[in-house]
Amino acid sequence: MKTIVKHRLFWPSASLLALIVINTIARGSFVKITVRDGELYGALIDILRNSAPLMLVALGMTIVIATRGIDLSVGAIMAVSGAVSLQIIAGSDEPDNIGVVATAVLAALGVSLVLGAWNGFLVSVVGIQPIIATLVLMLAGRGVALLITGGFITTVNSEPYEFIATGYLLLLPFAFVLAMVIVAVVGFVERRSALGVLTEAVGINPEASRLAGVRSRGIVWGAYIVSGVLAGIAGILYSSNIRAADANAAGLLIELYAILAVVLGGTSLMGGKFSIAGTVIGVLIIQTLESTILFLGVPSAQSPVFFALVVVIVVLIQSPRVHTWGRKLFGGSRSRDSSKPSSDVEVAA
Amino acid sequence: MTLTQDSAVPPMIEMRGITISFPGVLALDDVDFTLRAGEVHSLMGENGAGKSTLIKALTGVYAIDAGAISVGGEERSFHSTADAQAAGISTVYQEVNLCANLTVGENVMLGHEPRKGGRIDWSAAHRAAAEHLAGLGLTIDTRSMLSSHSIAVQQLVAISRAMVLDAKVLILDEPTSSLDRGEVDNLFGVVRGLRDKGVAILFVSHFLDQVYEIADRITVLRNGKLVGEYAIGDLARDQLVTKMIGRALNELDAIADSAERAVDRSGTPVIKAEGLGKRGLLEPADIDVYEGEVVGLAGLLGSGRTELVRLLYGADRADSGAVEIAGSPVKITSPRHAIDNHVAFSSEDRRAEGIIGDLTVAENIVLGIQARKGWVHKIRKAEQDAIVSEYIASLDVRPANPNALARNLSGGNQQKLLLARWLATAPQLLILDEPTRGIDVGAKADIQRKVAELSAAGLSVIFISSELEEVLRIAQRVVVLRDRKRIGEVDSSAVDLDGLVDYIANEGKGTAA
Repeated sequence: MKTIVKHRLFWPSASLLALIVINTIARGSFVKITVRDGELYGALIDILRNSAPLMLVALGMTIVIATRGIDLSVGAIMAVSGAVSLQIIAGSDEPDNIGVVATAVLAALGVSLVLGAWNGFLVSVVGIQPIIATLVLMLAGRGVALLITGGFITTVNSEPYEFIATGYLLLLPFAFVLAMVIVAVVGFVERRSALGVLTEAVGINPEASRLAGVRSRGIVWGAYIVSGVLAGIAGILYSSNIRAADANAAGLLIELYAILAVVLGGTSLMGGKFSIAGTVIGVLIIQTLESTILFLGVPSAQSPVFFALVVVIVVLIQSPRVHTWGRKLFGGSRSRDSSKPSSDVEVAA
Repeated sequence: MTLTQDSAVPPMIEMRGITISFPGVLALDDVDFTLRAGEVHSLMGENGAGKSTLIKALTGVYAIDAGAISVGGEERSFHSTADAQAAGISTVYQEVNLCANLTVGENVMLGHEPRKGGRIDWSAAHRAAAEHLAGLGLTIDTRSMLSSHSIAVQQLVAISRAMVLDAKVLILDEPTSSLDRGEVDNLFGVVRGLRDKGVAILFVSHFLDQVYEIADRITVLRNGKLVGEYAIGDLARDQLVTKMIGRALNELDAIADSAERAVDRSGTPVIKAEGLGKRGLLEPADIDVYEGEVVGLAGLLGSGRTELVRLLYGADRADSGAVEIAGSPVKITSPRHAIDNHVAFSSEDRRAEGIIGDLTVAENIVLGIQARKGWVHKIRKAEQDAIVSEYIASLDVRPANPNALARNLSGGNQQKLLLARWLATAPQLLILDEPTRGIDVGAKADIQRKVAELSAAGLSVIFISSELEEVLRIAQRVVVLRDRKRIGEVDSSAVDLDGLVDYIANEGKGTAA
């Protein structure tokens, strides 16, 4: 039991579980899942489906943060990506043609990759601080998206394109399956190759890593490219869901939610050690909370306050210092962890 | 040095059976420590022996897992540094922890300012501060900024602050490491004065000479365990060192002939640089190293030693010069490029430029080869384990736990970690910048022996150290730098320590040339 509690994913998982339990107590139908025409339905399934865009963006954010960076431009890249793909589909004569849709998707991903590479170039080659470098695109990106759509909200009717966000595969929403496959692939590449540990090395100590021969420029650059492409996929999911490219609303504030998800998942904003599984849990916490607001019927005017309150509680639950206070209040016995957080320990004499 | 054991008066500090463990490390194991009023007591041990941990237990930074601490015969438990201060224990650290942007007087009196009508009476405060400072023989303007004074003066200010707090126990943690001889004498005068007034003083220093000069009694720790407590007169220096490292120091003699070893300089040098320089950093300098040769770089701090090897390694880019590796010309533009050419470099700044603190011992050791292989081909777990356990054993890294975080290791062990990282890449030229700085005798001997051993087996080494004895013991040839310029080269068998010092000072016109 003690080792379970000490696992770094324990408190994020416990928070997620607590949210689900609270919802279920409030209304039992929350956990009810029904099968209709070989497709699963229910509040939990909606959470999984809706979490897909944030899942992808937060995944990219996790890797960027691990390199000591931050990517504020993800929302803007989503807008550009959606605008590119819908503009291509809307401009073609056969919006239902799978070839047209594939071209649109690939073009959108290509543009996202270029935008990610631009961010990476500014950070790793020019040496601009990440927050400033990505702020450029965050501010300019939506303008670019409006330029592409000609200032309008482009709408389309394309069945193959809509499938991406609303379709089903093997009982589950296709969007969720897609997000999980991508998470699994990225996680596999990071941990099965040495990319993960080299990324952490660069994030913990860039100069020592450089002197140790790590190609840190490539690793940092790559992180922003991955983040850009993942934001591009998220942009496609978003535009597919609403069948429109809304340059102003697509991915609005998603960079902040993604950062929140990364932190809830236990990755430090200081860079270094990162946890993809933690980020997945962080995203599910945020998405469950969004559903809770709808489910409990919190008036929309008050929902930001409610959201903020719950986030504060979740963050407090995870704080090591709060754990110490908790042990002092309820444990009675003097815990030695209290005065020696393992992260600050120096054994040197 | 009259030590009368008066059993009626309880010792100022009595620590019994102190045990503290960190994840993976037993930092202190059932240690006893006694500090009496009116003595200067020195705590000795290698890096990682547990000195810092014991001090942190005494100052309330760490909670103890087992054992008891009594102050003046009364058992206390410290939950914070404030508890320890309230019990009369004050600490003066190597890096002075005062407010540099306040005046001297404000620092001395902080929190104890005399008040008049609810407001601070500043002129009284400064008068009181001046009195306290004068008590330590220090007459400076109490209204001057603390930061305008030298470290030595700042330390004395910190001590007078401890006196304002009415400290009965004063802990001096490496107080002399950045002081010159005169300042040390002055500090020791103050320390003796306080001792005579009945203050119990705990003095921690790496400098054996100073310990023998000031201490009345010594407690030795090794690997987190108590070795023993001795009156200073009962323990000769070599005995002390033997107790600290747990074996006799004469092992160093085994490497004494490294410098005498003949090196075959008839072939092509492993590396040869001509006119290597960079404007503002280093005037164009030559250096060559042959197979199996150790070339020392000697010179004062800032003489261009580090600059030269950084240019050689590509850590900084040279703007002039030509480099040949094994006879073929190369242009080294990055560390990575140097590594591909079998050149390895261990920086003088272990923490900032060496170890990756939040990664484990194993990950740090493997990092060099992994970086060279690229991220795609991860070294298999079994292979990693084999490499890691081999180097942990051959370099005697402690704790021998591959999963410990690198930053939790002591300086000497971090240095061994870096040595392991580079040796694992099988370099032909190994550049070591101050590999033994700030580490204890035992680890120092380990590292010197390893360098001597590897060079005898054919590895070429460039060895930089501020300790000239060390350079003369290991290197066959010594390149001397001064004022960012190479001033010459000496054969280390043809020169003794005084000769080398003379050479450095007199720009090659001395007796050694």
